[in-house]
Amino acid sequence: MRMIDTNEAGLIARIVAGEKELFHELIRPYERMVYLTLFAIVKNETEAEDGAQETVISAYRHLASFRGDAKFSTWLTTIAINEGRKRLRKAKGAAENSIEEEEESHEGDYTPAPLTDWREIPLEALERKELREALRVAVAELPDIYRQVFVLRDLEEQNIEETAQALGINPGAVKVRLHRARMMLQKRLVPFLKTTAPARRGFFGRAL
Amino acid sequence: MKLDCKHVWEHISEYIDMTVDAELRKEIDLHLEHCEICSAILDSTRNILILTADDRTFELPVGYSKRLHERLKDEIEKTKQEPPVSGQK
Repeated sequence: MRMIDTNEAGLIARIVAGEKELFHELIRPYERMVYLTLFAIVKNETEAEDGAQETVISAYRHLASFRGDAKFSTWLTTIAINEGRKRLRKAKGAAENSIEEEEESHEGDYTPAPLTDWREIPLEALERKELREALRVAVAELPDIYRQVFVLRDLEEQNIEETAQALGINPGAVKVRLHRARMMLQKRLVPFLKTTAPARRGFFGRAL
Repeated sequence: MKLDCKHVWEHISEYIDMTVDAELRKEIDLHLEHCEICSAILDSTRNILILTADDRTFELPVGYSKRLHERLKDEIEKTKQEPPVSGQK
């Protein structure tokens, strides 16, 4: 999905030198990523789209300050995260605690749900719309700090270092949060997965 | 050392990401060979990740890209009369 970095660096240099229209081309591979990053924070389609537009405009205006010591995608993600947090603070009002204050909880159950009568989701089950819908809801309902890491890692497929850098946390925290997010999702989705279990039953449909 | 299920669960995420060290990976593999519960948990978690990465799961709003590029086009037009994009003064 992403352009080869050398092409990208060349593209950036040309834009900064005055070929401004090329910014359309530069941003195209990252449109989806920008939107999803915003959505992971604001959880509202309209706000996410407005925020994505602001992010792209801001990246365009400040492109000359991009130094190339980070990847362009990470730099862009950082702008998107800041934009999302700004919008969230505005929506929540200054009186409430900001999202950055949210701490990792050492309590809570982050163990997965055991499945006893199910080995693998059949491919056709992955095609089911309701499973996708259930996953969307489950992701939206993850606590903020877990959702943001999950979206950057598993939805946008950024690596641990990039995720850590974009969120301003250490790589260890990325791993812990990602693990918890995945386990919470697994637990939430088990009821949906179970309905697709292949038959392995005793008499009268009872599980063996 | 024989791994118990709980120990395996703690490392499932790293196992999927291939970031567990070789020795632990071997122990987990051994455990998975005979533990249906852990195998099912691993499979279900993996499938959730496959589903997550599927573009149809998290779709963009219809017309998102078009609106984004129109907005960008307006912005570029506005700045065209200005000197090249520059952060330097």
